[in-house]
Amino acid sequence: MSNEITAKDINEHDKELLRDIEDALANCVKCGNCMAVCPIFKEVGVESGVARGKLALMEGVLKGDIPISDNFEKALGKCLSCKACAANCSSGVPADELIIRGRQAIVKARGLHPMKQKVFTLLKNRPLFDFALRMAGLFGPLGMKKLPRPMAVVARFPMPGMDKRRVLTPFAATPLRNQYPETIKVDKPKMRVAFFTGCTINYAYTDIGQSVINVLKANDVEVVMPSMQHCCGTPVFTSGDIETGKTFARHNIQTFERYDVDYIVAACGSCAEAFKFEYPKMFKDEPDMKARAEKLAKKTLEISEFLVDVVKFRKDNLGEVKATVTMHDPCHMVRGIKVTQQPREIVNAIPGIKFVEMKEPARCCGSGGSFSLANYELSRKINDRKVADIASTHADIVATSCGSCRMHITDGLVQNHQDNTQVVHVIQLLDKAYQAGKK
Amino acid sequence: MQTSTLDALKKIVGPEYLLTSPEDLYCYSYDATPGHQHLPEAVVRPASTEEISKILALANSNKIPVYTRGSGTNLCADTCPTNGGIVLVTTRMNKILEIDKENLIAVAQPGVVVADLNKAVAEFGLIYPPDPGTVATATLGGTVSENAGGLRGLKYGVTKHYVMGMEVVLADGNIINCGGKNVKDVSGYDMTKLFTGAEGTLGVITKLILKVVPAPEAKKAMMAIFKNLDDAGNSVAGIISHKIIPSTLEILDNSTIRTVEDSAKVGLPLDAEAVLLIEVDGNPTVVEAEAEKVFAVLKENHAFSVQVAKNQQEVDKLWAARRAALPALSKLRPTTFCEDATVPRSQVPKFLRAVSDIAKKYNVTIGTFGHAGDGNMHPTIVCDLRIKEEMERVDKAMDEIFTTALKLNGTLSGEHGIGLGKLSWMEQQHGPILMETMRSIKRALDPNLILNPGKLVGEC
Ligand SMILES: Cc1cc2nc3c(=O)[nH]c(=O)nc-3n(C[C@H](O)[C@H](O)[C@H](O)COP(=O)(O)OP(=O)(O)OC[C@H]3O[C@@H](n4cnc5c(N)ncnc54)[C@H](O)[C@@H]3O)c2cc1C
Ligand code: SF4
Ligand code: SF4
Repeated sequence: MSNEITAKDINEHDKELLRDIEDALANCVKCGNCMAVCPIFKEVGVESGVARGKLALMEGVLKGDIPISDNFEKALGKCLSCKACAANCSSGVPADELIIRGRQAIVKARGLHPMKQKVFTLLKNRPLFDFALRMAGLFGPLGMKKLPRPMAVVARFPMPGMDKRRVLTPFAATPLRNQYPETIKVDKPKMRVAFFTGCTINYAYTDIGQSVINVLKANDVEVVMPSMQHCCGTPVFTSGDIETGKTFARHNIQTFERYDVDYIVAACGSCAEAFKFEYPKMFKDEPDMKARAEKLAKKTLEISEFLVDVVKFRKDNLGEVKATVTMHDPCHMVRGIKVTQQPREIVNAIPGIKFVEMKEPARCCGSGGSFSLANYELSRKINDRKVADIASTHADIVATSCGSCRMHITDGLVQNHQDNTQVVHVIQLLDKAYQAGKK
Repeated sequence: MQTSTLDALKKIVGPEYLLTSPEDLYCYSYDATPGHQHLPEAVVRPASTEEISKILALANSNKIPVYTRGSGTNLCADTCPTNGGIVLVTTRMNKILEIDKENLIAVAQPGVVVADLNKAVAEFGLIYPPDPGTVATATLGGTVSENAGGLRGLKYGVTKHYVMGMEVVLADGNIINCGGKNVKDVSGYDMTKLFTGAEGTLGVITKLILKVVPAPEAKKAMMAIFKNLDDAGNSVAGIISHKIIPSTLEILDNSTIRTVEDSAKVGLPLDAEAVLLIEVDGNPTVVEAEAEKVFAVLKENHAFSVQVAKNQQEVDKLWAARRAALPALSKLRPTTFCEDATVPRSQVPKFLRAVSDIAKKYNVTIGTFGHAGDGNMHPTIVCDLRIKEEMERVDKAMDEIFTTALKLNGTLSGEHGIGLGKLSWMEQQHGPILMETMRSIKRALDPNLILNPGKLVGEC
């Protein structure tokens, strides 16, 4: 029992954190509404899998009834941060956030999981991180086998923590930010934006980044890609490592402040959410940083949101894209930053596209960042439901707004032998339409 | 619990479906009822009647308590494993076995979620009317065992009106089948009714034969606002005496109105003493005629305003106030007791006034809303379980609410059940002889008192 730390120990350790959680936890009335929507509960069927159970476990730790144990950590690990519970909770309990807070308590009490510790240490060192991922891009192909679809590989050798069947995105030989100058000029700039690329787009899905740049250029927007920008920190702070998360946030805030831009755009719901909501929240106890975070937050928009609400993107020169398209709403788009109409408006504006809504476009695809690393089988089951929903639309293309979703759904399509369906970012379709318009 | 018993349980359900870690046990120590928590010693998730039969036989011979659990959303501590023992979760038994269109019957396992049954029968233009606030999560087994009601209770009745038969595993593991598909069936004691609403104290239901009905072709909803509570009460009486049975006839009291308005901003006047929400359904021409009459009754009884919904969007807008009632109240304070006292419908205004006086007397926050049409009221007390002094006042208020309901010839529960929550008033309602009669039924069917012991009829 030596590795079990009791509530009393952590109480002494961090009273503030616990008191905070206690009040929020008390608001859960145990009504069970979250059971109807939690994708994890749907698969595992046990209370520890649903928000109600996880909140109860945290209450148990607070009361001193149960220790912060391996099982506790495992239970809190079984959450995709998909926010479905919070969106469906009539008592307004932000269960997804509380679960992350619970993970913080775990990190405080028992330290970070050794594997995560290694990865985050790497992440913290920006130049080293950049170097490692670029090396992966250069030498990755040796270990990866290409699949007959764009941006899809499987590992040739077993990799630690990775299921060997799993379809991944190859790391780019040249990361996005190294493919362009820092500032990408246009003839008559209407405005100037800073593009927060996020790791996925910079190191893997460079095709999304290229499309974002093309589309912004097509709308007379000057783009800067601050070279010192770093990972938004979402995977880090959702694991409970708030301190490292803050380091990232501080770095990004300092970096983006240096640029005189009208807006900051991101092409990923989670990245946009980090800038818009997480950073200001993180610095609630540091008024100066909080004010700076809020200033940037006000300027940050997700790319579809930016194109529709601010730029009123050009529709006169759109060429035809012949395809049946359906859309998957990433959790952090639909329930995080609440952007769902704008991507649809973009897709529907493109001539030739037949848009078919799937039954549950907003249901989580099961990726959940590092969740799918630790729980691949479970995340596959959740994803299989998404893939079946996609199949019933008979779409050739699934459009989405998140790199992780794109990768996970691609994997799902391959595993389910649905080889004629491609997954792209919404903006790639728009880019394609502009290209077609030029011909 | 002895290791040999645990081993035997593991053999019956398979290792994956026996949960014994402290964390898993903790997750089955509560239900939706505030203030009740106790650890079980084991949680099993059987997949079949046979497995349940074996579990009960084992528990019976070892005198281990068994708490059957659907989704654990009941509001009377009925699934709280107060004496430890085994929590038996039915959610793996979630198959709809048959939809018999010719006989308008559905056969399903107990772990099926109510909304899923409704989705399945909707394809045939049918509905399964019992619709508790928790339809999206509550199981058929749980709703049948609590005899759950819902918004449509006035016209469509409660769960017991839809249960035609069932398969039950008795305490000793024996399996019985009672009732069936016959609309008329007077052969023997009505065992189906006995197990319906038995709150898991008499047996474990493993299969249900349920009546489904044609979905109404048309619906019309309206909302009336009253400055005076008695006008609202007279409207309810007036509607019924005009021989109109609305599918829904809901009331919100002033304290609920103010809370809802404060948090959800649906446009209710803060000084209104009551709001009535009414929906009539059925054949389109009848619906129109009935809606007209309801409208006239509301006007006659000095409704301050009446809004009639013209389309689905407006219906949703009207219902927003009702839907927001419980959430809005529960957001006020950490602990929410959603009570369920029921009075004859003519007594609704008197009861509402009494509750409002009780709230003042004990200085507790109570909002009342509920099913005015059938007299089923939900006085909802919000408080903080962690403040001892406040809880003492809450207890007193609660006691006076139930005593008042009983004095008005009401009942302790219209749909939520008794469990532990309302046990202490049972004798007051039923008298010692009837209580003893109920206890002898319990003893006859469960001589070792292993099934949900201590609930509904108390210790035997
Ligand atoms: C927010 C909220 C709103 C609600 N609204 C309503 C409402 O409008 N109307 C209403 O009537 N209720 C309502 N309820 C109460 C609750 O939803 C119902 O009592 C529901 O029927 C419980 O279903 P369950 O599957 O969760 O059962 P559980 O809570 O798991 O179990 C309920 C009882 O049934 C027994 N049981 C379960 N399965 C079986 C079985 N197979 N065999 C034998 N016994 C079994 C259990 O032992 C227990 O005694 C509400 C609850 C909440 C939290
Ligand atoms: S988190 Fe919300 S929905 Fe889930 S049990 Fe608690 S109050 Fe209900
Ligand atoms: S955030 Fe999603 S996965 Fe996590 S508990 Fe809530 S609904 Fe379940």
